[in-house]
Amino acid sequence: MKYAFRRLSALLATMFLVSLCAFAAFSGISGSAAEARLGTQATPERVAALREQLGLNRPFPVRYADWLSGFATGDLGESLTYRQGVGELLREKVAVSLLLSGMSFALIVLCSVPLSLVVVRFAGRPLDAAHTVFNQFCMAIPPFFTGLLLSWFFGVTLRWFTPGAFPGLSRTADALRFLIFPAVAIAVPRIAMTVRMLRGTLLRELNRDYVRTAISRGSDRDAVLRRHVLKNALAPTVAFLAQMMAEIVAGVIVVEQVFGVPGLGRMLVVSISNRDYPVVQAIVVILAFWVVASNTAADLINARIDPRLALADS
Amino acid sequence: MKRNYYLFAGLCLTGILAVAALLGFFWTPYDSAAMGAEKFLPPCAAHLFGTDNFGRDIFSRVMEGAGPSFLIALSTIAIGAAGGVLLGAVTGYFGGLADEILIRVGDALTAFPSILLALVVISLLGPGKPVNLVVSLGLVFIPSFARVTRAAYAEAREANYVKSARLMGASPARVMLLHILPNTMPVLLSALTIGFNNAVLAEASMSYLGIGVTPPDASLGYMLSEAQSVFGRAPWYALTTGGVMILFLFGVGLIGEGLRFQEGGDV
Repeated sequence: MKYAFRRLSALLATMFLVSLCAFAAFSGISGSAAEARLGTQATPERVAALREQLGLNRPFPVRYADWLSGFATGDLGESLTYRQGVGELLREKVAVSLLLSGMSFALIVLCSVPLSLVVVRFAGRPLDAAHTVFNQFCMAIPPFFTGLLLSWFFGVTLRWFTPGAFPGLSRTADALRFLIFPAVAIAVPRIAMTVRMLRGTLLRELNRDYVRTAISRGSDRDAVLRRHVLKNALAPTVAFLAQMMAEIVAGVIVVEQVFGVPGLGRMLVVSISNRDYPVVQAIVVILAFWVVASNTAADLINARIDPRLALADS
Repeated sequence: MKRNYYLFAGLCLTGILAVAALLGFFWTPYDSAAMGAEKFLPPCAAHLFGTDNFGRDIFSRVMEGAGPSFLIALSTIAIGAAGGVLLGAVTGYFGGLADEILIRVGDALTAFPSILLALVVISLLGPGKPVNLVVSLGLVFIPSFARVTRAAYAEAREANYVKSARLMGASPARVMLLHILPNTMPVLLSALTIGFNNAVLAEASMSYLGIGVTPPDASLGYMLSEAQSVFGRAPWYALTTGGVMILFLFGVGLIGEGLRFQEGGDV
């Protein structure tokens, strides 16, 4: 319990730092970007009025506190391009992106665990080298390239979905059918990475004394693998998968563009090109929160799996 | 010792592609901007990778686009490794408060997707310029190198060879540079290959998104976004451009695998 409390306060501290950095970094250029929008109409009076309207004349801590509390109330300022509240603009997009990253994560877990159990049998045999080469090859495939091939083959040729025409989250089944393709594109290189890591962990465990003891006592190798080794490999795997979340989010940002998924990543790219900084800083903080929160969740799960980890950290 | 085929294959593959990419700065079979040839020509003897929607030779364009990608990744890694190794070495060797702070900040930063950080930095610097791209990516790669180096130095600090060097009166700078650094090479080399691939991928992704290298500068990432829009008419455009990128990343990945194999790190 104490450990959970410590982890959660660390999460809050990190997020406080991240949001402060994002706000400080963008607030300076945010004002000048707004002024630039006035273009040739930028008389000193108009600039002053705009600064007043955007609240740029208030002291920094007040503006920051105001913006931060906006994450609770949903009022995150106004987008410079869309003349719309940032909170309102992003609400549905947050859900889409989180769903996409969740689906990729599920795919990675569902594929890499069985695959690594198969691969671990080949260790030290000729097929092992083939696996290593194939594994490196899969890791080298950029998600946006896979995405390009998938959207062409399943979208344009087979017409299983229409790239760029996301049906919206209210039609859940259609939305899931659409998102499975970007999720696969994101997952392929990550599955390769996870299989590689899991294989190493499993092999290290298989070389331990308790495995030799269990086998010499007459247990069959598969049973030992299932009953003991997997359990011991669980904690490092959870930690590794949590780090994977950062990579998945990176994939989401790019792959959304390939398939035309209306999510945070696409919005981020558009907003950077438009210099729409209120939107950019909100998206950065939301994505960072998602990554840091999933890391904290993994720490808490690991403390459950192996209480020694919580003790070692104190 | 068993022959290290991974390293050999990786070096060959990467070497051939790197030479072709560097050659692309000076010479390409056709003028990469010339629109003389027939449009949407499939791969043939005259145009190995076919031609694009303007009748430009794709092979020449790939050669020209691979060079900048290669150099940007190289300079990104140079910045990231130089900054990271310096930070990691000093904090790892001396420890103390600076060390504590670096660990915390580094932990927080490495939790972020590198592309997200790079996008933030580049939106502050202003997108569209290759220099800004290199700086933003370079800064983003510092924490991962600092982390690896710090761990190696913190471990070496208590090693006997370091203690004896210190007893003989070697200055901290000498110990760090001449005694510890060579011993961290296996770890660093492995981190370099992984970092290099991440840099190539990050550059390609950002150029694909239209925020990294933008026309008139050539880049594989941007070419792929062009190729996507004409995929139905000229699938070879995307396949060859993407294929070259994959082979390059694959080659560097094999080098990394070979280096780990050399060290006997693979269980």
